[in-house]
Amino acid sequence: MQFSYSDEQAMLLESVARFGAQHFPPGERHRLIREGRSGEEAAWAAMAELGWLLLPIPEDAGGLGGGIADLMALGEGFGRNLVPGPYVASCVLAPALLAHGGEALHPLIAELGAGTTIAAAALLEPDAGYDLHHIATTATLAGDSWTLTGTKCHVEDGGDADWFIIPARTGGTGVRDPEGISLFLVAADTPGLAVERFRAIDGHRHARLTLEKVAARAFGPQGSALALIEAAVARALCVQLAEAVGSMEAVSDITLEYLRTREQFGRPIGSFQVLQHRMVDMRIACEEARAMLCHIAIASTEGETAFQRAIAAAKVRIGECGVYVGQQAVQLHGGVGFSDELIVSHHLKRQMMLAIAHGSIDHHRARFAA
Amino acid sequence: MHFTLDPADIAFRDEVRDFFATGIPTEWRTRVRAGLRLNPEELTAYQKRLAAKGWGAPTWPAEYGGPGWSPIQQYIFWSEAAAADAPAQFHQGLELIGPIIFTYGSPEQKAHYLPRIINADDWWCQGYSEPNAGSDLASLRTRAVRDGDHYVLNGQKAWTSYGHVASHCFVLARTSDEAKRQQGISLLLVDMKTPGITIRPVATMDEKHHTNEMFLDDVRVPVTALVGEEGRGWEYGKVLLDRERMVTASVAVFLTQTIRAIREAATRRTIGGVALIDKPGFRAKLAQYEIEVIALQTMVLRVMADASAGVDSGPLGSMIKLRWSQLSQAGTALWVGALGPEAAHFAPVDQGAGLPEDMPYAMQGALYARVTSIYGGSSEIQHNIIAQRALGLKG
Repeated sequence: MQFSYSDEQAMLLESVARFGAQHFPPGERHRLIREGRSGEEAAWAAMAELGWLLLPIPEDAGGLGGGIADLMALGEGFGRNLVPGPYVASCVLAPALLAHGGEALHPLIAELGAGTTIAAAALLEPDAGYDLHHIATTATLAGDSWTLTGTKCHVEDGGDADWFIIPARTGGTGVRDPEGISLFLVAADTPGLAVERFRAIDGHRHARLTLEKVAARAFGPQGSALALIEAAVARALCVQLAEAVGSMEAVSDITLEYLRTREQFGRPIGSFQVLQHRMVDMRIACEEARAMLCHIAIASTEGETAFQRAIAAAKVRIGECGVYVGQQAVQLHGGVGFSDELIVSHHLKRQMMLAIAHGSIDHHRARFAA
Repeated sequence: MHFTLDPADIAFRDEVRDFFATGIPTEWRTRVRAGLRLNPEELTAYQKRLAAKGWGAPTWPAEYGGPGWSPIQQYIFWSEAAAADAPAQFHQGLELIGPIIFTYGSPEQKAHYLPRIINADDWWCQGYSEPNAGSDLASLRTRAVRDGDHYVLNGQKAWTSYGHVASHCFVLARTSDEAKRQQGISLLLVDMKTPGITIRPVATMDEKHHTNEMFLDDVRVPVTALVGEEGRGWEYGKVLLDRERMVTASVAVFLTQTIRAIREAATRRTIGGVALIDKPGFRAKLAQYEIEVIALQTMVLRVMADASAGVDSGPLGSMIKLRWSQLSQAGTALWVGALGPEAAHFAPVDQGAGLPEDMPYAMQGALYARVTSIYGGSSEIQHNIIAQRALGLKG
C-alpha cells in the first residue's frame, strides 16, 4: 500500500506550488483576482501551455487521463499558494460529465483542455440544499429541440463560464426523484438565460442562473444522469480536498516560522507552551486531513459506494481540520494575521469556502450517516 | 440574590423600550446583528440621539454627565437596545478614554473633553499598540520628549482603529527610560490635526476599512495634553485595558441579535420543502448556541450585580471577553451556514446581480469575528490574566 506520491506526482506538486508563488504572490493576489478573468488569463494560458488543463481529461476525449493521485498532487500544489480560477469546474468536473456525450462533444472538451473555453456545471437549486438529486428545472421537448426552465442558485466557479452543463428533469415522480434527471449543454449567451455573477471571499467567481425556455442540447443517458453527476462531483472533490490539505500545510508552515521569529516579552512566542501545543494541534489536523486523502485513494479501488462514502467522510474531516488550521493560523499571528497583507488570512478564507464547496460538513455528515 | 426587577426597574425598562421603539432604521439591522460597526456618521447620529435624551454615557457617574444608572439599569438599557436591533455605542471615547479622563484628568481636561465625548463632537481612537508591542504592550517604543511647553512625539502605532475618522487619539509614549519597562510611560491626549501625524489604512480580511497604522513624526503636543502624572501612563493604561474587557460585558448582551438573525435565516431557507429551522440537527445546534449565550449573559448579570454591591468581580471580565469572542465567532458561523451554498456570494461582479438576503454582512461579520479573539487582549492573554491574577499560577 502506497501512502505517498510517485516521483512524477511529487514533481508536479512542487511545480504547481512554485507556479502559484510566481503568478499569485500575496501582495498581488487581490489585485489580480479583482481584475476578473483578465487578471488570471496569463496564468491560465501558462497552465494550458504546461498541459495541466489536459491532465484530468479522459484519454479517449484527447486528454491525459490523470488518475486520482495525479489530480490530488495537482490540487495540493494549487493549495500551497492558493492559485485561483475555475480549474476544478472547467477541467475536472465539466469534462467528466461531457465525456458521456460521445465524440460530438470532443471538440468542446479539447477547448477546455486548451484553456480557450471555460465550462461549469450548474448543479444546485433553490430548496435543494446541497442535494444533487433535487432537480426542479424542467426540460421540455418540442419537435426535436429541448428547452429548459428553472433556477440554479449556485454554480461553483461559474462566473467566467462560456458553457453551462445543466441537469434538468425529463422524468421521475417529483423534484427529488433520483430517476428522471438528464444532462444538457447551454451556451452562456443563449437567449432566455440570465447569468448573475458573484465573487466569494476567496476570490473565486460563481454564478446564479435563471432559465426561461432556454434552448439546450441534450447529452448522455436520458433520465439516469444522477450517478454520473455524483461520480463527476466526487472526482472534482478529490482535487478540492487535496487543495485544502496543501493550503493547511502551507499556512501551518508559515505559522511555525512566525512562532520561531516573532518576539514578545523578550523571547520568541514559540517558546510559550500554550502556543506550542496549539501548533501541535494544527499539525495533527494536517496529518488527519492527509490521512483522509489516503482513505479516499484506498476506497477508490473498492467500488463506487465505498468511494462516495470516503468522499463524504473526507469532506467532513478535512473541512473541519482546514477551517481549524486556518483560524488558528490567523489567531497565532494576531493582528497581522487578520490583515490582508499576509497570505495567512487568504488561506482561512479559502478553507471556509472549500468547506462548503459541493456540500457543507453537515451535508456530507448526513450523507455518510445515511 | 434578587431575581426580580423592582417596580422602579420595570418602569425604567418601559421607558427605554418606548425610546427604542422608534429611531432605529431597519437598514442597520443586518450589520448590527452581524456584530459589525455601523458607519461613523450613523454611530455619531445614534450617539447624539442618546445624548439628547441624557443617556449618552450609560456607565458614567452623574457628575460627569452620565445618567447615574445602577448596573441593573445599565443591563436593562443594553437588553432593550439589543431587542430593538440598536447598535452598541462606539466605545473608544465613551468607555476607554472617557473614564480615564474623569478619573485622572485635570479639571480643564474634564470640562473640555467629557461633554464632547457624550455628544459625539469628538471621535477618539487608541494609540497604544505598536508593531512590536502587541500582547507585550510594555515594550512600546514611541517617545515623547519634553521641549519647553510641549512634548515632541516620535514613533509608530499599529491597529489605530478608526484613526482615519478620529478627531483625537490617546497615545501611550515613553517619557523616560527606567529599569522597569512599565515605568516611564505617559498618556497623552493628541489632536489628530496636529502636524506630523500620518495615517495609512491597513486592509483586513473582512474587506472593511476600520483600522490603520499611525506614524508620529515630530508631533508637538502641549504639556497640557498629559493625563495625570508623567511616567504613570502604564497604570492608567492598565485601568483602560481592564475597562476594555468590561466593555465586552455590554456587547455580550447584544448576542441575542445574532440569535435572531440565525433563526430568521434558518426559517427562510428550506431544503426539500422543510425549513432549516425545523430540521432536528440545526435546531439542536441553535439550541446549544442559545444555551451558551444564556450562560454568558447571566455571567454579565452577575458582574453587574457585583458592581452594584461594590464587589470586585475578579477575573470575570476576562472570562466574559473570552467567551464573548468565542460566541460571536460561533454565532456568525452558524448564521453563514444557514445561508447554504449562496454563502459563497459575497459581492456582485456585475451591477444588478442581487446578493442573497443577509449578504454581505453575515459573512463580513463572520470574518470580523476572527479579530475579536485578538484585539483588546487576545484570548491567550486573557487566559494568562485569569491564571495569574485569579488562580495565582505564575509563569
